[in-house]
Amino acid sequence: MKNPLDSLWGTVIAGLILTVILYYIVKSLIGG
Amino acid sequence: MLPGIYRWIHILAGVMWIGLLYYFNFVQVAALKAAQADSSAAGITKHVAPRALLFFRWAAVATWLAGAALLGANFVPAFTFQAGWEKIGMGAWLGTIMLINVWALIWPNQKRILGIVQASDAEKNKARRVAFLASRTNTMLSIPMLFFMVAQSHIGM
Repeated sequence: MKNPLDSLWGTVIAGLILTVILYYIVKSLIGG
Repeated sequence: MLPGIYRWIHILAGVMWIGLLYYFNFVQVAALKAAQADSSAAGITKHVAPRALLFFRWAAVATWLAGAALLGANFVPAFTFQAGWEKIGMGAWLGTIMLINVWALIWPNQKRILGIVQASDAEKNKARRVAFLASRTNTMLSIPMLFFMVAQSHIGM
């Protein structure tokens, strides 16, 4: 599998996906 | 007054740090590839990259220190995700990981690439890959980091 970080847009998309994942982790920490 | 000054410095230095990170990733990587094809890469590696890296790595330190000063007594509550500090805590952790990446991976490897530290061709090639991936990792991390920095006061969760 190709490393998404080798591509600029793969990096940006990975960052957006990570934002969504971390959003739900923080939301669960808050208890929302 | 002081928290406002810390916030101002945090944003000023942060713009320089992340601005230069985006310059490296969105502009310089592709420019260097094109420049190597017509043998003009030295202009970038000799004159541009060392200057950009100087402001980049020290702006990272200034950003983190101003952020820590801004958190003040809330530094530990933020980093331990205590009630009310979960969002900025996540932003602070991401920023801290990015700072460590700058000083532990990007800068030491860039010194080998740029010839500031002696290295064989094989070591330079390895350094190129490590520095590239660390820089791309920071670009990826900057997206949620900025989200959580903004979220603390402006995004309800």
